[in-house]
Amino acid sequence: MNTTKRQSFIKSPVGKKILTGITGLGLVIFVIEHMSGNLILMLEGSDAYNAYAHFLEGLGPILYLLELGLLAFFVFHIVLGINIWLGKRRARTHRYVKYRSAGKPSMQSPSSRSMIITGGILLVFLVIHLVSFKFGPGGPLHADPAYVTTVKGEVMRDLSKLVLEKFHHPAYAFGYPIVMLLLGVHLRHGIWSAFQSLGATNPRLTPGLYALGGLLALLIALGFLVLPLWIYFGGAA
Amino acid sequence: MAKKTMTIHLKIWRQAGPDASGRLVDYTVEANPHMSFLEMLDVLNEDLIKKGEEPVEFDYDCREGICGSCGVVVDGIAHGPQHRTAVCQLHMRHYRDGDTIVVEPWRAEAFPVIRDLVVDRGAFDRIISAGGYVSVNTGSAQDANNLPVPKPNADQAFDYAACIGCGACVAACPNASASLFTAAKIAHLALLPQGSPERQLRVERMVSQMQVEGFGDCSNHAECEAVCPKGISISAIARMRREYVKACLAGG
Repeated sequence: MNTTKRQSFIKSPVGKKILTGITGLGLVIFVIEHMSGNLILMLEGSDAYNAYAHFLEGLGPILYLLELGLLAFFVFHIVLGINIWLGKRRARTHRYVKYRSAGKPSMQSPSSRSMIITGGILLVFLVIHLVSFKFGPGGPLHADPAYVTTVKGEVMRDLSKLVLEKFHHPAYAFGYPIVMLLLGVHLRHGIWSAFQSLGATNPRLTPGLYALGGLLALLIALGFLVLPLWIYFGGAA
Repeated sequence: MAKKTMTIHLKIWRQAGPDASGRLVDYTVEANPHMSFLEMLDVLNEDLIKKGEEPVEFDYDCREGICGSCGVVVDGIAHGPQHRTAVCQLHMRHYRDGDTIVVEPWRAEAFPVIRDLVVDRGAFDRIISAGGYVSVNTGSAQDANNLPVPKPNADQAFDYAACIGCGACVAACPNASASLFTAAKIAHLALLPQGSPERQLRVERMVSQMQVEGFGDCSNHAECEAVCPKGISISAIARMRREYVKACLAGG
């Protein structure tokens, strides 16, 4: 594609959805990876968790490249999402006095109608989350000798200690699971919708894809929210 | 003797012109249960004319559910609660004596209200003009079956070709998107050999026109499929997206 065509692709109603879908699916892969990392703490303990975090940091330039790509995916997904929402508001300035869904085969749901809200909350959460953990004590730009540990003779950041501390606060222990449920709500519509946006659906595939999307959304939410509750209720002690 | 008519309370959107501000006005009408929704509105209009009031403007033509002229939002659902019918095929027997029904026009910036329940759907015509056709050379007629079409393609193309352009998809879409209408035409023509030569240009131009007209973007709510009187599947929209990607990649 040449430059003009690339620009018109990004602005076109179809191009926008395709890019939202691709970045959305990329972010789903990221959250699954992140969730698996979290579960190491629960299933294999602090040392394994710290070692895993240390391994990721040790990737160096590869990690920076991945993080840059991740950032780009987030930015595109967010900007397009807001753009689509603004466009929808412009497209109907006089709202219906009475409006309701006609029911099946409509897939309109509280999830599909609240993508901008759940997405917005997730964005605010993301900032707090990065400040609390990635850039928290012992992290980049925030050296702290209290958050250093040694695993198998190797000195590394004690991320596990930070996680355990944070999730003993009720605000984190319960706030985090609530946001993760909202992530599940976002993905309930998001996963199947991404496939539809990419044109990778047909009438036979769609019901199965919709069901699988919902199941995956539920599993992702559960996978994230067990850790803080487990820590708060003394599972890690 | 049992009552043969039913009393229906209506709240109808009245708007004197494109720039006038509108409001819901209450009416009560005695309707026969076998009347269609539009016939019930006819009865109301006769009453209004007799009283010297302005009748309620609404669009209609065939009243057989095949022309795509009629269409109002009935109690929040485009063409009313009955699936796979236009509002002309909705009958009053589905309502109970004493029910209250809210009637509004299609609402979208791309479909400006002309008066009461009548909207300007010219935006659809302009989307079709942008590429929703097959250019043919005139000359002697081709032999029948000169262009073989596989049966599954013919069937699917026919399903998409069933679109009557009523605009319910836009009216019901939370985003006021015209994706189902546009995609139905793109998918219909892309499936047929006659439509194939112009498929790239068609998808690019029609999608671009859809945007120019001020329709919103699709968010895959699938509400359009639920209200479509012809039950056109959102698989058309998936196909439009595949066509669009192919056109972009092929265009260099």
